[in-house]
Amino acid sequence: MSDHNYTPSSKFGKWFNDRLPLLTLANHLTDYPTPKNLNYWWTFGGILTFCLITQIITGLVLAMHYIAHADLAFSSVEHIMRDVNYGWLIRYIHANGASMFFLAVYIHIFRSLFYGSYKAPREIIWILGIMIYLLMMAAAFMGYVLPWGQMSFWGATVITNLFSAIPLVGESITTWLWGGYSVDNPTLTRFFTLHYLIPFLILGLVVLHIWALHVPGNNNPVGIDIQKPSKDTVPFHPYIVIKDLFALLLFMIVFAFFVFYSPNILGHADNYIEANPLVTPAHIVPEWYLLPFYAILRSIPDKLLGVVAMLSAIFILAALPWLDTSKVRSAVFRPLYKQFYWILVIDVLILGYVGAMPAEGLYLLIARVATAYYFLHFLLILPILGKIEKTTPLPLSITSPVLGGSADLAMAKNIDVRKEKL
Amino acid sequence: MSDEKKPNRRDFIFTATAAVGAVGAGAAAWPLIDQMNPDASVKALASTEVDVSSLQPGQSVTVLWRGKPVFIKRRTENEINEARNVNISDLKHPEKDEDRAKNPEWLVMLGVCTHLGCVPLGDKGEYGGWFCPCHGSHYDTSGRIRKGPAPTNLEIPKYEFVNSNTIKIG
Repeated sequence: MSDHNYTPSSKFGKWFNDRLPLLTLANHLTDYPTPKNLNYWWTFGGILTFCLITQIITGLVLAMHYIAHADLAFSSVEHIMRDVNYGWLIRYIHANGASMFFLAVYIHIFRSLFYGSYKAPREIIWILGIMIYLLMMAAAFMGYVLPWGQMSFWGATVITNLFSAIPLVGESITTWLWGGYSVDNPTLTRFFTLHYLIPFLILGLVVLHIWALHVPGNNNPVGIDIQKPSKDTVPFHPYIVIKDLFALLLFMIVFAFFVFYSPNILGHADNYIEANPLVTPAHIVPEWYLLPFYAILRSIPDKLLGVVAMLSAIFILAALPWLDTSKVRSAVFRPLYKQFYWILVIDVLILGYVGAMPAEGLYLLIARVATAYYFLHFLLILPILGKIEKTTPLPLSITSPVLGGSADLAMAKNIDVRKEKL
Repeated sequence: MSDEKKPNRRDFIFTATAAVGAVGAGAAAWPLIDQMNPDASVKALASTEVDVSSLQPGQSVTVLWRGKPVFIKRRTENEINEARNVNISDLKHPEKDEDRAKNPEWLVMLGVCTHLGCVPLGDKGEYGGWFCPCHGSHYDTSGRIRKGPAPTNLEIPKYEFVNSNTIKIG
């Protein structure tokens, strides 16, 4: 089981491993002790890896046919759809793959929120995850610009104009981003370059994310540390590998449904109209996965403050390990947090809904209340809750609720006793 | 060794090397950053001439200048009066109509919402001027922001009448 005294069985393997310990790494990954109570919410890490690889492979192929030029981009995308062999399939996988990627990442993030996976000693894993999420948003936004349809063009205009809210230097920064006085060909070519680069940056961060994960090991549904590896864990291979593959299979059914049965349902019809700098579509909306942040942006009637609020909504997540003052990780043992968790989920869904609606009347009011609550949850509720909440008793080990039943309180000590140990 | 270490020759060399290195890195980075600014061919398209002889009062035309729409509106008497009879102190971005339209009949301005850059729609909104569909900014008949998230009035570009029928923008 131990990584350090692994010796390959073959002579060549030993010779190679002494020079580059790849086999030691492979052995670490197969034997990696994993809590045996992980549920299906823990399979999304593997699913996300699959999503990233899929986007990189399909993107590489699309780049062989796509032309990054304001006059040719739109027709080159139609050329991919109509003329290139299986071009329609590859593009639909790539376009819907972005949505599937975000679907998986949101489940992954909310799983961490529920089970307290961001808490000590896993803060760095969490922050690396937030950085990956930020890069995903940048990649998705720039990718959406590339087909050079109306939504591409005006989405790019609105988002790049966010930078003009910066006092004094805002205008210069926006002009610099555009490479001109409006979104135009120079903007398109640089977006294409960055869209190609970012997935590889994400890949690098994913390696760090997994590396940081393998230092303390996985969190788990009861959120307590491993007491005895021989009792509380199973080796990653084959147990977790098979479970991850099964979950991936189910995920791919959903993925395939979108690709084959409703490939455009997550997009906007306006993007099949070529970009026109003289006409703004009546109703500009970003892709569904950015809607909650868009709602926050629009709920503030001031340009600079709106942008600040939107960015804070994302960056506040990075401070979460320090905003949540509770020592108990899993929401299973936090009766109050569990309720606030679900209110937050509903709040974010509401923000997503009003983000897609026109910013007026009742929608605007709802957006403002939901925005206020979002910040309230992180800045006020979480810090106070950790101090006043009476948590239920934690099990003694990962194994004890499985063997003795989670309701068996005789197996559990009082929470205060456990806190002393922490 | 004493607690208070006196800077010696080696410290000086370290600091000097780091300083020169930083200047060098900055000088090397600048071309890589500046290449993203508007290039010579973009800057060369700085002005455009528009024939406005066919415009009747109340009509407007939108032309493209530097990749951005420019609204040229021939205003009616009503619209001019509405724009001029506004209490300046009521405005979010106080500007006199006289300063925005030198020739009161002609209003020339960038058709770019000062909020996030959408193109406002003409003859719409609560002030009879322009309305931005993206985030709901209302502009009056002088293109001044009256309601909504936009921080400033629609921008007036540099322009002049070359002759009575032609406007040169830029």
